[in-house]
Amino acid sequence: MGKQYETVIGLEVHIELSTKTKIFCGCATTFGKGANTQICPVCAGMPGALPVLNRQVVRYALAMGLALNCHVNQLCKFDRKNYFYPDNPQNYQISQLYLPICQDGYLEIPAGAGTKKVRIHELHMEEDAGKLIHDEWADCSLADFNRSGVPLIEIVSEPDMRSADEVIAYLEQLRKIAQYLGISDCRLQEGSMRADVNLSVREVGSSVFGTRTEMKNLNSFKAIMHAIEGERERQIELLEEGKAIIQETRRWDDNKESSRSMRSKEDAKDYRYFPDPDLPPVHIPDAWITELREKQPEFAEHRASRYQAEFGLSESDARQITEYKNLADIFEKTVKLSGNARKTANWLTGETFRLAREKGIALESVSIIPKDFLTFLGEVENGNLNNQAAKKVFEAMLLEGCEPLAYMQEHQLKTVRDTGLLEKTVQDVLAQNPKAVEEFSQGKEKVFGFLVGNVMRQMRGKAAPDEVGKMLREKLAELAK
Amino acid sequence: MAEKLSMDTIQDIAILAKLELSEEEAKKAKQEMQKMLDYVEKLNELDTGSVEPMSHIFSVSNVFREDVVTGTDMRDAILSSAPHQKDGQYEVPKTIGEA
Repeated sequence: MGKQYETVIGLEVHIELSTKTKIFCGCATTFGKGANTQICPVCAGMPGALPVLNRQVVRYALAMGLALNCHVNQLCKFDRKNYFYPDNPQNYQISQLYLPICQDGYLEIPAGAGTKKVRIHELHMEEDAGKLIHDEWADCSLADFNRSGVPLIEIVSEPDMRSADEVIAYLEQLRKIAQYLGISDCRLQEGSMRADVNLSVREVGSSVFGTRTEMKNLNSFKAIMHAIEGERERQIELLEEGKAIIQETRRWDDNKESSRSMRSKEDAKDYRYFPDPDLPPVHIPDAWITELREKQPEFAEHRASRYQAEFGLSESDARQITEYKNLADIFEKTVKLSGNARKTANWLTGETFRLAREKGIALESVSIIPKDFLTFLGEVENGNLNNQAAKKVFEAMLLEGCEPLAYMQEHQLKTVRDTGLLEKTVQDVLAQNPKAVEEFSQGKEKVFGFLVGNVMRQMRGKAAPDEVGKMLREKLAELAK
Repeated sequence: MAEKLSMDTIQDIAILAKLELSEEEAKKAKQEMQKMLDYVEKLNELDTGSVEPMSHIFSVSNVFREDVVTGTDMRDAILSSAPHQKDGQYEVPKTIGEA
């Protein structure tokens, strides 16, 4: 039997804070604006421009640090990390090395049937770099500095994770905490949450770490899973061949599903950190810590267990709803109005997730006005909306924010409770389908569904299915006499 | 005495500073930097055990901005000082250092 290997993983996670302005200047941080329309002398790295710290960045970073059970360095400061690359107009990134705002915390993640503690080494504030587009045709690259100076927090874990599953659980947990705190939208695809994976392997039972590599450019959970599997295999193969693993940074290629070495242009890699003379130190007031501790929201796990206890939801429904804060908020506000937790939960876990998947919308951007949701549930409850019509109304409410009653009126979706009309329609359908009627009388129950479908269609889907069924049975019985 | 500078260190510093030094220039740089280091070394003679490390030259802290947008679109003005531009972006030599 071959040797057994263990994977050892630590993460560096960058989270873009959802402040309105950049970390050191008043430029907007709106995503997707025209190139270089949100820049100024500070974030374009003009000589002599003076950075001034955004208060909200410190408060967001502090809130996250407290949620991660960190020690707060009440005296913290900023340092310059020097490197030469055109995505960075200053030739240095303002970051925190010597006195990061928070350190020595931990995060509990679900692992197997229980939980596991992943220790947090530190959390610090820094600025993002600009974006480079490499021109395929011309021999040049194009720099857009809209992202230059957007505030980030970097959360560095200890090497406490042992599998891709634990990594995903850790990231999901960080995402939920940041979203519940309202400090970031944490979208991997848009790059507002990014993870660098430090990975090494060692023989099971060994107490020393192997040589690690760092992987960058992982922007989906799928990429992270594959990169971890791939890098583990690559390192084990090298070890089995008796070769050395080189400590290096590797770039993941999502299309090729493999990583390659990023050779540094700078032969002597040395960031020459030093305190930034433009930025005075920050003294975090006691009052901020007290205030932000008190303001910590009720996080997902806690809400999920409360929903089970208070509203009798199943564990999986409660988990699904609390996965995203906006869904949990919609749920709670609607239930407060309607008192019907189960029905509210059903529409949220069923149709909402289905529609999001089908239409490709991010669940964290879903919104429903609780009052509309209440109206909608009432219409379903009192039979004004049959199942099919209800799905249409729900979709319009979710995707376009339509008010349910107005939408039902406009599209004539309300169930028709006109016994005379129903009776006439049923008689018409029976007259038009003598063959089906005959088959039914011979005991072919299957054609009953066909007849129901015909009646529904002629009534443009607006009949109540149970009434249609009842009326059909009556008329068929009369015919059989 | 300050640490003795080696030629390798001078070459490393030159790479970081994006300088290409001739042998002559490197020798001169080595001598000059050694002098600077020796001079700074003098400071080590002071006993600073009871002095708190300085984090900023002025005794100010907590200089904050509120999170309010004050920036406006000044793309053209800023780009006008760039040596090359294209489609509203800075045009720079192709950088595939990552690839």
